[in-house]
Amino acid sequence: MADLIKIRARLKDGVTEVKVLMNHPMETGRRKNDFGETVPAHFIQLVTAALNGKTVLEAQWGTGISKNPYLTFRLRGAKAGDKIAITWHDNKGESNSLEVAVEAN
Amino acid sequence: MNRRVWLQYATTLAALAAFVPLRALAAIWNRTAFESTSVANALQGLGAGPDSPSPDIVLVAPDFAENGAIVQVEVESRIPDTEAIAILAEKNPTPLIANFIFSNGAEPYVVTRIKMAETAELKAIVKAGGKYYSVSRKVEVSLGGCG
Repeated sequence: MADLIKIRARLKDGVTEVKVLMNHPMETGRRKNDFGETVPAHFIQLVTAALNGKTVLEAQWGTGISKNPYLTFRLRGAKAGDKIAITWHDNKGESNSLEVAVEAN
Repeated sequence: MNRRVWLQYATTLAALAAFVPLRALAAIWNRTAFESTSVANALQGLGAGPDSPSPDIVLVAPDFAENGAIVQVEVESRIPDTEAIAILAEKNPTPLIANFIFSNGAEPYVVTRIKMAETAELKAIVKAGGKYYSVSRKVEVSLGGCG
């Protein structure tokens, strides 16, 4: 199975840009499959980002985020080697988390 | 409050606290806002007051989106003390797409990809210093992506 989260955190001129790619179907609950059956909703509801354990971003999502969600955000005050952790939770109670170190450019 | 009553309260609270980890997500996710079928109700669900249009919010999105399943959206707020950015697509079955809450040095800036059911106004609502500001722009969608 492919990685559930990919993160790249790059520090440049005092600002760390964090790019995140999550592997998730993001089903709205309205789509029908090839057999005409409604595919149940399955989507990420909450994404949190933490810098060295301290929350910096909390994203609440509805069904309108695209499949395999993509997210970029920026931080001030992070140093090379600092830890960025991303965690998601979906409506089925599944979750995943990954931590990476900030890279200096 | 006498001691016995206080103890009962304390015990109840402790019992509730034990359930918090399990219930935390359900409590955080704003069901009312995200399941609303109109922009007005979604904003009400977020607890947003009346918003005023602001030139200090930059909303980058394509004028024409061929595929409504993937529309890249970038929002940056230059309003001081920005706490949160919400993204809404007016004609989606549930217009509220995302609400981003910033803290501890996060810049009020996000890029993400969203689904748009049809040609509609895309709105960003910024909460700053307890007030609400907005910007909107039309995105023409050729093939709806909300299946």
